[in-house]
Amino acid sequence: MSRLPVKKTYKLFIGGAFPRSESGRTYDAEGQNVARASRKDVRDAVRVARDAHSGWAAATAYNRGQVLYRVAEMVEARAAEFAELSSGRDEVERSIDRIVWYAGWADKLPQVLGGSNPVAGPYFNFTVPEPTGVVAVLAPDEPPLLGLVTRLLPPLVGGNAVVAVASETRPLAAIELAEALATSDVPGGVVNLLTGQHAELAPVLAAHMDVNAIDLCGADGDGPELERIAADNVKRVVHGRADVQSPWEIASFLELKTVWHPMGQ
Amino acid sequence: MSELERKQDGAPVPADWTYASAPESRDIVQIAERYGHFVGGEWLEPTETYETIAPRDEEPLAAVGQGTEADVGKAAAAARAAYADGWSSLPGSERAKYLFRIARLLQERAREFAVLESLNGGKPIKESRDVDVPLAAAHFFYYAGWADKLEYAFPNRRPRPVGVAGQIIPWNFPLLMLAWKVAPALACGNTVVLKPAETTPLSALLFADVLRQAELPPGVVNIVTGDGRTGAAIVESEDVDKIAFTGSTEVGKEIQRRLAGTGKRLTLELGGKAANIVFDDAALDQAVEGIVNGIYFNQGHVCCAGSRLFVQESIYEPLVAKLERRLSTLRVGDPLDKNTDVGAINSAAQLEKIRELVASGVEEGAQIYQPPCVLPEKGYWFVPTVFTNVAQSYRIAQEEIFGPVLSVLTFRTPEEALEKANNTPYGLSAGVWTEKGSRILWMAQRLRAGVVWANTYNRFDPSSPFGGYKESGFGREGGLHGLGPYLEFDE
Repeated sequence: MSRLPVKKTYKLFIGGAFPRSESGRTYDAEGQNVARASRKDVRDAVRVARDAHSGWAAATAYNRGQVLYRVAEMVEARAAEFAELSSGRDEVERSIDRIVWYAGWADKLPQVLGGSNPVAGPYFNFTVPEPTGVVAVLAPDEPPLLGLVTRLLPPLVGGNAVVAVASETRPLAAIELAEALATSDVPGGVVNLLTGQHAELAPVLAAHMDVNAIDLCGADGDGPELERIAADNVKRVVHGRADVQSPWEIASFLELKTVWHPMGQ
Repeated sequence: MSELERKQDGAPVPADWTYASAPESRDIVQIAERYGHFVGGEWLEPTETYETIAPRDEEPLAAVGQGTEADVGKAAAAARAAYADGWSSLPGSERAKYLFRIARLLQERAREFAVLESLNGGKPIKESRDVDVPLAAAHFFYYAGWADKLEYAFPNRRPRPVGVAGQIIPWNFPLLMLAWKVAPALACGNTVVLKPAETTPLSALLFADVLRQAELPPGVVNIVTGDGRTGAAIVESEDVDKIAFTGSTEVGKEIQRRLAGTGKRLTLELGGKAANIVFDDAALDQAVEGIVNGIYFNQGHVCCAGSRLFVQESIYEPLVAKLERRLSTLRVGDPLDKNTDVGAINSAAQLEKIRELVASGVEEGAQIYQPPCVLPEKGYWFVPTVFTNVAQSYRIAQEEIFGPVLSVLTFRTPEEALEKANNTPYGLSAGVWTEKGSRILWMAQRLRAGVVWANTYNRFDPSSPFGGYKESGFGREGGLHGLGPYLEFDE
């Protein structure tokens, strides 16, 4: 007699937990029932992201690097599952290597992006990069795993908290990634992953006054309208590409702070 | 009593201790009766003009053009042609030499610019002479040096210019903001359509003469004067690839909305409501000077002005007493007088805005202090003002006043100071005064602001990036980081 497998319920990932949508809704994607997040779920996710941001931003760069490296370990351990939910083994391996590549940037950014400035007069002056705060990410449909990893890691390694909306048509890899994140050491709330309808969720994120930046990579025809409403609180708008790897991708989600102090006796 | 003191004791005390006036001569600068737009290296006759005045006495200075859509179109086309016609492909070392020439000419003609700036804008000659003009020249000198070194600033990224930059600048530092915008744009190989502020067009128009002397190729920098309608035409122009705007948060948001979906690049340097935080171990007299510099510099027409003063409770009374005493020694008056500390308010509209917000402060229950002060009868003036007994919720603690008005609030712990300081949609700048080094770094790390001045305030340098967090805008001006907004990269 063959054994009946235990099937997975596909839920949201908010504040380190896996709740259903508060609306109780699901939709069909990739042959599964997937949680269909509501506007309230978006607001809840932004709130926990804001709470989680300060701790993540204050963590040492070394610590952030190790935590993200641990994510790569967790994805590697589930490589077979990810291969089934993406285009295959190659995409998974590239995703893992990309996570490792970004993890290594955590403690190198300030030296590449900042430094001391040779100002006139008896002053010492230096510039340091800092996270912009809470970042919204609209993940692309393709590639389902690598696309999300590509857009998620740059804000994350810089110390931001993220609310990401998974691909509407290919969300399963994102949910699997949430499970890998939950079993790594990323503090709850630093990454929040929502599944549901872009048309419903994206405008809420674009208009949200406590979101500092939005990555429109996965926006379709509504990109210009999202960009327009993002101006309400002068959001940093990023048009990210689905497959790119560069420290300047991280810089898009960073602020530069310059500090002055007089020199004297 | 020493002999000297005995002598002084018996000496007659002058009845009037006010300074004898020390006016700077305005004859050094020639102002034409009428100006057109500077387009393609020539003066374009405007279809419509308005009068620009001296805010110190409302004297009409010149008729200047109100740029129309057609004027902007011609300027953008001239910029596009100059871009394609050689400027963008000119070796960086040659571009650099034009910028060095401009820097040198600004130094040569510094007094002329300083007088014009004070006359048209109302700022004290002391400031235009010692701050605005030398810093403007320094910016050109600094960015001149970058023009042939861009590959070293951005290794492996193959930097290339964006194209035509539309630059819209404010009235508080007209020439300096021109320099902040034009210098990096040209260094990176872009051409420019610049609109100076409606109320302060004259230094930009004199700058056109510097460009002529520097023999800058025609069309590389075009200057169109006018009000917000002219600015809107620049934002909408199809020939413009990038917008750089410095001004109010309200207008900045509108520009961001209008550019949505166009693919045009954008940088914004917007408003602020900076916290200047004084701890009980600070050197109080130095702090008082820093507070005064922070809010009364340039009549408080400064986006990074330290307009919210947070004082630790234990030193509140002595600090406010020192501050009020210091206020009574500020000399308010003729911008062209070399003794003047606080000049004229830039415009009638700005004066009205300041008055309205100050009235709201009184209405909401704050305590107002203004030193005795005789103001000229003509022109736009506002007495340096301190509000105490201010609650966080008052409009004077929330909204940018952009005038010589300080709101004083208190705190007990560093955490409380931080919480209150960051409780604003703005994030341009902040000040911290304490003798404790570890606390400076602790505060500096947590203040959500693009510039933090510790034991100093309102310092600027071409090599130092400047720009805001949150609703104070995005992008940086100054330093290596100021090049990025004017470059495209291969990656």
